[in-house]
Amino acid sequence: MPAVQETVERVKRIDVDQYRYGFETLIESDKAPKGLSEETVKFISQKKNEPDWMLQWRLEAYRRWLTMTEPTWARVDYPKIDFQDLYYYAAPKPKKTVTSLDEIDPEILKTYEKLGIPLREVAMLEGVEPKPGEEDPARRKIAVDAVFDSVSVATTFKAELKKAGVIFMPISEAIREHPELVQKYLGSVVPTSDNFYATLNSAVFSDGSFVYVPPGVRCPMELSTYFRINERNTGQFERTLIIADKGSYVSYLEGCTAPQRDENQLHAAVVELVAHDDAEIKYSTVQNWYPGNSEGKGGIYNFVTKRGDCRGNHSKISWTQVETGSAITWKYPSCILRGDNSRGEFYSIAISNGFQQVDSGTKMIHLGKNTSSRIISKGIAAGKSQNTYRGLVTAHRKATGARNFTACDSLLIGDKCGAHTVPYIEAKNSSATFEHEATTSKISEDVLFYCIQRGLSQEEAVGLVVNGFVKDVLQQLPMEFAVEAQKLISISLEGSVG
Amino acid sequence: MALLEVKDLKVRVEEREILHGLTLTVNEGEVHAIMGPNGSGKSTLSHVIAGKPGYEVTDGQILFKGEDLLEMSPDERAAKGVFLAFQYPVEIPGVATMNFLRTALNAQRKARGEDEYSTPDFLKKVREVSKSLNIPQDMLKRGVNVGFSGGEKKRNEVLQMALFEPSLCILDEMDSGLDIDALRIAADGVNALRSPGRAMVVITHYQRLLNYIVPDFVHVMSRGRVVKSGAKDLALELEASGYAQFEDA
Repeated sequence: MPAVQETVERVKRIDVDQYRYGFETLIESDKAPKGLSEETVKFISQKKNEPDWMLQWRLEAYRRWLTMTEPTWARVDYPKIDFQDLYYYAAPKPKKTVTSLDEIDPEILKTYEKLGIPLREVAMLEGVEPKPGEEDPARRKIAVDAVFDSVSVATTFKAELKKAGVIFMPISEAIREHPELVQKYLGSVVPTSDNFYATLNSAVFSDGSFVYVPPGVRCPMELSTYFRINERNTGQFERTLIIADKGSYVSYLEGCTAPQRDENQLHAAVVELVAHDDAEIKYSTVQNWYPGNSEGKGGIYNFVTKRGDCRGNHSKISWTQVETGSAITWKYPSCILRGDNSRGEFYSIAISNGFQQVDSGTKMIHLGKNTSSRIISKGIAAGKSQNTYRGLVTAHRKATGARNFTACDSLLIGDKCGAHTVPYIEAKNSSATFEHEATTSKISEDVLFYCIQRGLSQEEAVGLVVNGFVKDVLQQLPMEFAVEAQKLISISLEGSVG
Repeated sequence: MALLEVKDLKVRVEEREILHGLTLTVNEGEVHAIMGPNGSGKSTLSHVIAGKPGYEVTDGQILFKGEDLLEMSPDERAAKGVFLAFQYPVEIPGVATMNFLRTALNAQRKARGEDEYSTPDFLKKVREVSKSLNIPQDMLKRGVNVGFSGGEKKRNEVLQMALFEPSLCILDEMDSGLDIDALRIAADGVNALRSPGRAMVVITHYQRLLNYIVPDFVHVMSRGRVVKSGAKDLALELEASGYAQFEDA
């Protein structure tokens, strides 16, 4: 029975090797008492040395949250989360203020090394010689903010960014050092009352990144945050706020991983983007939280609210996401096109395998005149997973000349998975032009056989076909992320056929 | 030793037997034509040799260079030198032809324990080969067969044949969907690849193709068996008298 044996081994392999970020780092950590109460909120605020206005903001959100119920409209199914059975704050010890990388626990640095995330600026500056004709990724500087459990552990290239006037720091620091900016913008895109998970985040968020790009400045390097959940039973609630002032530009990358665990971990982040007149923000995500094992046990519950506000005229916000991880994904990076002639873009690759459930998409809300948006979504479902695209395109009464183009393609691998497309389209004025295209296809046996007849293995053939399918979106990613994403796609589809 | 030996091959698809004991021997350098009406099992034979899933071999064997072909996976067969030119080459959107060619060629080389081609070496080779077949460079930049005309698709198959240098080429209904000019161009490409070390099995309904690719041997298939074999004149005979005479055989 060689075929059966092979299947058994393959399943084993998925379980153990497929998620290559599944290690745990043994460090001491400082946790808030389990459960959620006003005390927990105060504890977090105190740990962060926050001013009183911030504490009051959190408490208001917490009180609001108590009155809210979990949303159930998404096409995902999971046991009820016991919000009192979670830790809402975990910080790696020691707790003294970190001023340079040398003071960070070497275990944490090792973790980031394993993840391939460069925290050491030196290594980046003295990168290896590039091969002729190839752009060396090490030469392209990327400033990194690393968030470990709930706390930002290191931010690189701070000095160089400061010279350009760009503020890039953990949001906990920004609350203390730039209160006027934080107070002005925090919650201005995703209000504390927005939705169940965003409200929860507002009450208990512990860290995240803050970016401010002053008028007319083109941020000299890519900014990047890597999130990692390490502690057991911990929720991660990060908060990211990016402001691009008039005529500025910034490109921001976000990556996520977590150890393999049997229990489910909760991740409820909020990301707010604000683009003023003529400003542009490009936000890319490679999300690879632990998806659970081959029987559907464990994995991250990812309930994320991401929204960008094109507040100024001629502003532009572009979301690009590659989603391969998480047991449950509930995520709709959206754009409010408030300024006239503003533009929103959403490029997405969502891959589900095993027992993963994805309900993801975007909202393009056209408020200003001559606003335009573009949605390219590629969903790939394999194994026993369910993959839903859910999107809203709406034009306000005053949004004359609004234009949208949507292309939603789904690819099915095998016959036990599902792909679903749920588009909502509302035009409240007659001058709006909305186009919607959708396709669903199965990866065809004939295509696979053609590739295999030319010498590719089954898995190489699937990888090739899928990478072709998602090409339009991969091209939107910054180069070093595109390479990583391409590898990730192949890894997450391992064992999906045969 | 023969290059390809098919011995008393019996093949089923689902519960139905399609090949009822087929025997065929092909030596290096020879070109064999297999003719026959629809449903006689011609394409089944080509698929079984290449290893397409869905066919169950119930009896008989296929030896390739003396080795048991049926024990090998389809990609192993490709690396050993079995090439199937498809009747309907598939489209692979988003995968540039150039990238596909390189991935496939390097996969085959790796399987044989040879060094993979570096990018510059590969580019040089593919330019040489495509130039000799008059294939424009911009075709290589397009997605594999995406938006290709029938003729372009077949030329792409010939290009791959030239690039991978297989020792056995099976051409499955190469003339389908081609007008006479496209057919001639594709056939010219195939003829350029005839060599003493390479054998070809040309599967076709019509004699027409054999005016361009002149075979050494012709076999007539009917109802899952080879019912008659002969030299190239047999094809002309068939053209005149049709397949009906074999239907009751």
